[in-house]
Amino acid sequence: MTTRITHHLNDALLMSYAAGSLPEAFSLVVATHVSLCDECRARLAGFEAVGGAVLEAEEPAAAMAEDSLAATLRRIAAMPEETHMRAPEPDAASDPVFPMPLRDYVGGDAQDVHWRALGGGVRQAVLPTEKDATVRLLYIPAGMAMPDHGHGGMELTMVLQGAFEDAGGRYGRGDVEVAGEDLDHTPVAAPGPDCICLAATDAPLKFRGILPRLAQPFIGI
Amino acid sequence: TERQTADTQWVTCVDRIGASRDQAAFARLFAHFAPRVKAFLMKSGADEALAEECAQEVMATVWHKAHLFDPERASVATWIFTIARNRRIDVLRKQRRPEPEDLPWGPDHAPDQSETVALQQETEQLGRALEALPEAQRVLIERAYFGELSHREIAAETGLPLGTIKSRIRLALDRLRHEMT
Ligand SMILES: [Zn+2]
Ligand SMILES: [Zn+2]
Repeated sequence: MTTRITHHLNDALLMSYAAGSLPEAFSLVVATHVSLCDECRARLAGFEAVGGAVLEAEEPAAAMAEDSLAATLRRIAAMPEETHMRAPEPDAASDPVFPMPLRDYVGGDAQDVHWRALGGGVRQAVLPTEKDATVRLLYIPAGMAMPDHGHGGMELTMVLQGAFEDAGGRYGRGDVEVAGEDLDHTPVAAPGPDCICLAATDAPLKFRGILPRLAQPFIGI
Repeated sequence: TERQTADTQWVTCVDRIGASRDQAAFARLFAHFAPRVKAFLMKSGADEALAEECAQEVMATVWHKAHLFDPERASVATWIFTIARNRRIDVLRKQRRPEPEDLPWGPDHAPDQSETVALQQETEQLGRALEALPEAQRVLIERAYFGELSHREIAAETGLPLGTIKSRIRLALDRLRHEMT
């Protein structure tokens, strides 16, 4: 399931995901992108190796309780044996739109999403995560523009189906756009299949036009 | 013959635990890594009792997942770090951790000894590079891995020589993709 990907995650995102300090909503985008992108998978493994080096360098290390090893062996005996079975793979013929981490949050693939209409054929589904950041699926019909907006924090947008374009370029399946406070953009869904993306934000978007601003409390973006 | 690295003995231990539930190998691994995991968790904000309990849980997970360890893609220290990190997210932050889709080798895959050793050597070089960093920068990186820095505070430029490790893992992934097709 490899795809030609041209827009990747940045080092700060991969490092904080490796360190385990990224909000859950952003972690879902990172895990979903890495599932499709061997380039970022290898970079992530590099940042995890730094974690290994930090662990190895823990000196002086903490003293363990006196019976610690015996207690751990008792824990091991009490735990169920790890089975060698893997999670059921989707059969190759079904060719899922969503990589595994996203399917875990949706409880299925693209056809299983519980969409809410936002008007103009645009639909969204907010996924359940911790509240420090928000992640949603967006369904944007081909040719449809999203409202012109700026960002109060960081926005990660990953394409799962179709494509969108903005001043930053063209984003196809697997590509991620990392937008910060310095970027204003008007993403437009490209012609072809309707666009489905996964978008995480840690602050509300800032809309320019009067209409989206009025709609914002209802849309919740 | 290939140069022995410190990690070689840990790879052998994990192998033996996975293959034959070798308690002596586990005791050696435990003596080295459990105190480091405990120290790591205490610096990440756990008190002594919680860190002791979590370190035991992490080592128990090492036992149960030993057969899944892939020495071509990570050193033992790196693998144990990821288990400890996930336990920290689970226990201290009480969050779910979305993980990338796994890419397991096919059932016929035999680990490539030279690739494994090359990765271990690069991991050691990375460790030495980390030690050689200016104090302030090294402390900043450690704090990032103890979970003290937000992604905003983590500078994109870490100055760490990740290039060789990255290329080696990329190579392993390419071979894996080749096996899969
Ligand atoms: Zn990538
Ligand atoms: Zn945006």
